Amino acid sequence: MDSNLSSRIRQNPAFQELVRKRTGFAWLLSALMLLIYFGFILLVAFNKAFLATPLGTGVTTIGIPIGIAVIVSAFVLTGIYVKRANSEFDELTDKIKKDALK
Amino acid sequence: MRKLALSSLAASLFATPALADAVAGAVQQQATNWPAIIMFLIFVALTLGITKWAASQTKSAAQFYSAGGGITGTQNGLAIAGDYMSAASFLGISGIVFGSGYDGLIYSVGWLVGWPIILFLIAERLRNLGKYTFADVASFRLEQSPIRKMAAISTLAVVAFYLIAQMVGAGKLIQLLFGLPYGYAVMIVGILMIVYVTFGGMVATTWVQIIKAVMLLGGATLMALMVLVKFGFSPEALFQAAVNTHPKAGAIMGPGSLVTDPVSAISLGLALMFGTAGLPHILMRFFTVSDAKQARKSVFYATGFIGYFYILTFIIGFGAIALLMNDASFYKTATDATTGAVTYDKIKDLLGGTNMPAIHLSRAVLGNMFLGFISAVAFATILAVVAGLTLAGASAVSHDLYASVFAKGTVNEAKEIRISKIAAVVIGLIAIGLGYVFENINVAFMVGLAFAVAASTNFPILVMSTFWKGMTTKGAVIGGILGLISSVGLTILSPGVWEAVLGYEKGSAPFPYANPALFSMALAFLGIWIGSMIDGSKRGQIDKAGFDDQYVRSETGIGAAGAVSH
Repeated sequence: MDSNLSSRIRQNPAFQELVRKRTGFAWLLSALMLLIYFGFILLVAFNKAFLATPLGTGVTTIGIPIGIAVIVSAFVLTGIYVKRANSEFDELTDKIKKDALK
Repeated sequence: MRKLALSSLAASLFATPALADAVAGAVQQQATNWPAIIMFLIFVALTLGITKWAASQTKSAAQFYSAGGGITGTQNGLAIAGDYMSAASFLGISGIVFGSGYDGLIYSVGWLVGWPIILFLIAERLRNLGKYTFADVASFRLEQSPIRKMAAISTLAVVAFYLIAQMVGAGKLIQLLFGLPYGYAVMIVGILMIVYVTFGGMVATTWVQIIKAVMLLGGATLMALMVLVKFGFSPEALFQAAVNTHPKAGAIMGPGSLVTDPVSAISLGLALMFGTAGLPHILMRFFTVSDAKQARKSVFYATGFIGYFYILTFIIGFGAIALLMNDASFYKTATDATTGAVTYDKIKDLLGGTNMPAIHLSRAVLGNMFLGFISAVAFATILAVVAGLTLAGASAVSHDLYASVFAKGTVNEAKEIRISKIAAVVIGLIAIGLGYVFENINVAFMVGLAFAVAASTNFPILVMSTFWKGMTTKGAVIGGILGLISSVGLTILSPGVWEAVLGYEKGSAPFPYANPALFSMALAFLGIWIGSMIDGSKRGQIDKAGFDDQYVRSETGIGAAGAVSH
């Protein structure tokens, strides 16, 4: 890419906004995923009894919905990212591309 | 009859490194399974037809490596799921659930959580910067030759470890499912993957993976549904029946012996999470879509399919407990000479070994034809994974080593494709040979090693080159080599190899943890950082100066290679 174009894009406030928002959001969601997964693993390592606690009177334990929730959370987090990226981030990217062609 | 001196997968999980995706445990050849063979032949005929069509499409390097960027996000999501969900995770995870219940759920979660990380940090930037291999991205602003060599070596290492694991697993599985001898089984898998890759390139590989994903998800859904129907769609009723049947009774509803040492558990978790984000055959899939938006969509669908699949394997495992354990016809039984009582161990004596619950369950819920279908799905599953691996290895040889390092970018396309096809044939033949030689290797250990190397070499270089301006060629090479050597070295020094393979005294392993990733990843990042900080070379200045332009392209996609029109 031609360096003039590149430096013009970098100075575009829309580019700075995109990078700031998306990078922050991506690291935040990554940290959340790490927290959920390693929280689960540490719970398994240090408090097995809690996960083996029955829900109500049946044999189903609290560990089942928690484990399923970890799986579902991975999908939900990707969904949250995609939703915001498809609208807000893509709009900013389109604006940056349009400005660059001016 | 073959028996492996491996303890049951579930029991040895956190004791062997890796706990992987394995087909471990006792293996006995079964009687020839005709419905399975016929359904498998239908699958092979279909995929060979597709390969023939793909070959007519594949004229350019872009089509060979990346299907011309013409795959949609939804298709790619399915293909990624097909590339990632191995037969071993289908049979292995349902086998762990069968043996110890809840532990299977804990285990499967680790295989999923890398995907959101790929989406947030890797997928879009990878698509914006790269063309055919992840080394395109890693070397974007760095000196081509050393980075490409480094990336090719780590790609080939990951491909080799993973491919051996898959070939050995495939050989055993086919022996079990179809009653074919191990050597033939390895050869059939090897030859088919060579044919798919050399003739059909990425287009054929993608469609093999898509078809396999649909078959696997469809078959597993049907099986889980049949289980739920039997229990009136009440999970509680299913769990209750399982608890009543299983020898461990109520203990299967909570964590068992899977996680005992927190350091090993975290280290393994890191290997799975960040190793997924460093697997070359997975990263390569992001170049098959037209732009960052489609790359993003691919991961969203892939995460959904893979997560859904793991929930299914959990239901299948519990269904197998409830429906198989009281039926002696699924077991190798012993009859007491004096009392005439028929006895069997509900976990260990399952016909074919501890990875067979899903297969037997298919017969229990829908009869022999469905058993044939599920067996054929398991075989198809292996083929899709090994084809992706072979293509990634061949691309590293032709695109990174040959075209960029030896020919310095002056090679013509036809020649590069030819080299790639030769490389695919050679890799395939080597894989057949190694699969044959390593018949008795611990598959779980090989998969763990592949993930540890990917997490400690490819992932750090990739992430630092896209996010940290200060990284230089020297830093990347130092960090990459440190990550590669330490992940392989520490694995050898860990109990899983030192004691279990090399036969040293128990407790004598110099490295006490099951997986090296916690330490080898830290070393790789540290190596990159220190190596770059002390790099005062002229090349180092160029590397840093190149970051700004790269950053604009990686964040916006301006200047990125688009889809090739057909």
